[in-house]
Amino acid sequence: MESEILDMRHTISALVLNQPGVLSRIAGLFSGRGFNIESLCVAETLDPSVSRMTIVTRGNDQVIEQITKQLNKLVDIIKVVDFFGSEYVDREMILIKVTSESSSRAEILRIVDIFRGKIVDVTPKSYTIEVSGDENKIRAIIDLLKPMGIKEVVRTGKVAISRGSKGI
Amino acid sequence: MKKTGAQILLESLQLEGVDTIFGFPGGAVIGIYDALLNSPIRHILVRHEQAAVHAADGYARSSGRIGVCLVTSGPGATNTVTGLATAYMDSIPVVVLTGQVSTGLIGNDAFQEADIMGITRPCTKHSYLVKDVKELARTIKEAFYIAGTGRHGPVLVDLPKDVMADSAEFNYPESVNMQSYNPTYRGHRGQIQKAFKLILKANRPLIYAGGGVISSDASEELTTFARTLSIPVTATLMGLGCFPGVDELSLGMLGMHGTYRANMAVTNCDLLIAVGARFDDRVTGKIEEFAPNAKIIHIDIDPTSISKNIRVDIPIVGDAKDVLRKINKLIQEEKGDWRSIRREWLDQILQWKNTYPLAYEQKDVIKPQYVVEKIYEITKGEAIISTEVGQNQMWTAQYYHFTKPRTLLTSGGLGTMGYGFPAAIGAQIAFPDKIVIDIAGDGSIQMNIQELATVAQYNLPVKIAILNNRYLGMVRQWQGLFHNKRYSQTHLEVSPDFVKLAEAYGAVGLRATKPEEVVPTIEKALSISKAVIMDFVVEQEEDVYPMVPVGAPLKEMLLV
Ligand SMILES: Cc1ncc(C[n+]2csc(CCOP(=O)(O)OP(=O)(O)O)c2C)c(N)n1
Ligand SMILES: [Mg+2]
Repeated sequence: MESEILDMRHTISALVLNQPGVLSRIAGLFSGRGFNIESLCVAETLDPSVSRMTIVTRGNDQVIEQITKQLNKLVDIIKVVDFFGSEYVDREMILIKVTSESSSRAEILRIVDIFRGKIVDVTPKSYTIEVSGDENKIRAIIDLLKPMGIKEVVRTGKVAISRGSKGI
Repeated sequence: MKKTGAQILLESLQLEGVDTIFGFPGGAVIGIYDALLNSPIRHILVRHEQAAVHAADGYARSSGRIGVCLVTSGPGATNTVTGLATAYMDSIPVVVLTGQVSTGLIGNDAFQEADIMGITRPCTKHSYLVKDVKELARTIKEAFYIAGTGRHGPVLVDLPKDVMADSAEFNYPESVNMQSYNPTYRGHRGQIQKAFKLILKANRPLIYAGGGVISSDASEELTTFARTLSIPVTATLMGLGCFPGVDELSLGMLGMHGTYRANMAVTNCDLLIAVGARFDDRVTGKIEEFAPNAKIIHIDIDPTSISKNIRVDIPIVGDAKDVLRKINKLIQEEKGDWRSIRREWLDQILQWKNTYPLAYEQKDVIKPQYVVEKIYEITKGEAIISTEVGQNQMWTAQYYHFTKPRTLLTSGGLGTMGYGFPAAIGAQIAFPDKIVIDIAGDGSIQMNIQELATVAQYNLPVKIAILNNRYLGMVRQWQGLFHNKRYSQTHLEVSPDFVKLAEAYGAVGLRATKPEEVVPTIEKALSISKAVIMDFVVEQEEDVYPMVPVGAPLKEMLLV
């Protein structure tokens, strides 16, 4: 199988105790063992004592197996799920500050509309746009806006949830 | 009735069954030390905090109980780092209690403040900062639970000064309730069945036993398993003693300085049964050629150890004791004349043994191997032996035939020089009537030599046998073999007169310079009820063999 040797991207969700130091334990695990983190997103769940973390990482089967096992081994981690190969939805939100000139304004608004984004701030020289979506959509809007002059981009990193009625 | 944090701490320790702690006081823990005066817990005052952790570790390894130490904030806490890392690498259950500045000062670069949780995160199994005295009892309960369950390991609890002075009602929790920590003990039945089938079919099976067998107290089960099916056993440094080293099925240690027969058996076996071992690079040599013809069964309590370095055919996550018990049950129903079935394989191993046995030649200068061999003979393998790190450690592993678990205390994973002496102190505290000997190098012993004052203060009859080669011998050996004998900074041109040094501390010093003095020196030392340093002036440039060079496959051993 390809993924045995090839580095593949995996989206991993972890439920962790909402305690000081948890994040540094996880960051330390990745840095200490040479695993890489492409993005990391953390926030409280409905139960305020538990946080949910979405980690996007890359590695071959063996590396990913170590990552999930090592995460599971941390005392503060309740549950770890790797979404690879399963049905799930992932989304990322992005804020883009783009240069707007009279010549480009209409085009920018059209793009924002197509991508179902929102203008959240306007100045005579710029628009700030909010868009969310999967990776392809995010990449596409960035590509389209680039020619107008992007001043700044902020991304949340991905959050993910499984499809179907069951929770993790 | 309310109690102070310090009282709650000490009473919690008592409820965990702690009767002795190792420590060193300071400002941040002065309140705890005050409360200690009213506690039945015995405190052993070491002379360096590193030694407190090693002593707690030696206490834990030798007794199977959890070792505890108490130190102050800042430098007291940072001095525990090597001890924690040593215990972490070898999965030893210790609880380290560190003082901390008061909660209001944390983060202010206060006097003697150190972020010890941050500093030790990668070398502890878990750690806690207790911010509220109401959390203290539960935290201590959890700390002991985590240290001594699953894959054992050190746990650090950071105790701010104001929390120790604050008071609360004391209710010690009866049980631990953690939603996030549930180690797997029971091996999966299906996997065990599969493993069992493979074991019955194998022609050249070999057991590779590690420290996990000792920490799960599974020596008896392992011995039954090996003897019933006549399967030879090789052990890692950490596993020595888990199977009688004098049994005809014992191949001694494997790996870089393993025996010829053990390394050849690994290379030629068709089934490798790894129990509580982790395929460490010093054990496997070139990993691609480790057990190249074998199917591998791997029994380990830590899922992250499995398939980390090597692919295994049948992983079994679980406690070695539980898994081996289940396998032994299955075996009972299997009738077979295993001795004759194994004859060919065991004969082959015997032949390897006879071709290249462990050997040295005792001429006119004392050989270090000879000293270890004589210590073994005189103590009949009944002593608790600790080692330092280097050649002394490897010769001990080769020439002292450990027959019982928990009788060898050695820093395997981290390789910490200075470990052996304080570890011996911990073992002597746990077993006041046993012979405890630190087999040391002249370099390593100087790393915690100050503990001679501790043994004097508590009248501990710990014995130290220095294999004095006037070199950082193991490093010199590598320089000799791989750096054209360019001995860079490995000659210890000056060392103290160890005999006088012993005397200065109120211990006894003995020196042997000739082979015929070795036995009388050991006998004399063992007859003295005080601490004794034996200074064996040994051959300066003796090397440890066999040796598998780094990166080479196990079968490519340098033999003398
Ligand atoms: C704290 C520490 N520093 C450095 C080393 C590297 N090292 C490994 S063996 C060794 C030599 C030890 O010398 P000695 O204690 O005299 O033992 P010998 O090898 O001569 O028996 C050294 C320096 C180590 N293992 N631990
Ligand atoms: Mg030496």
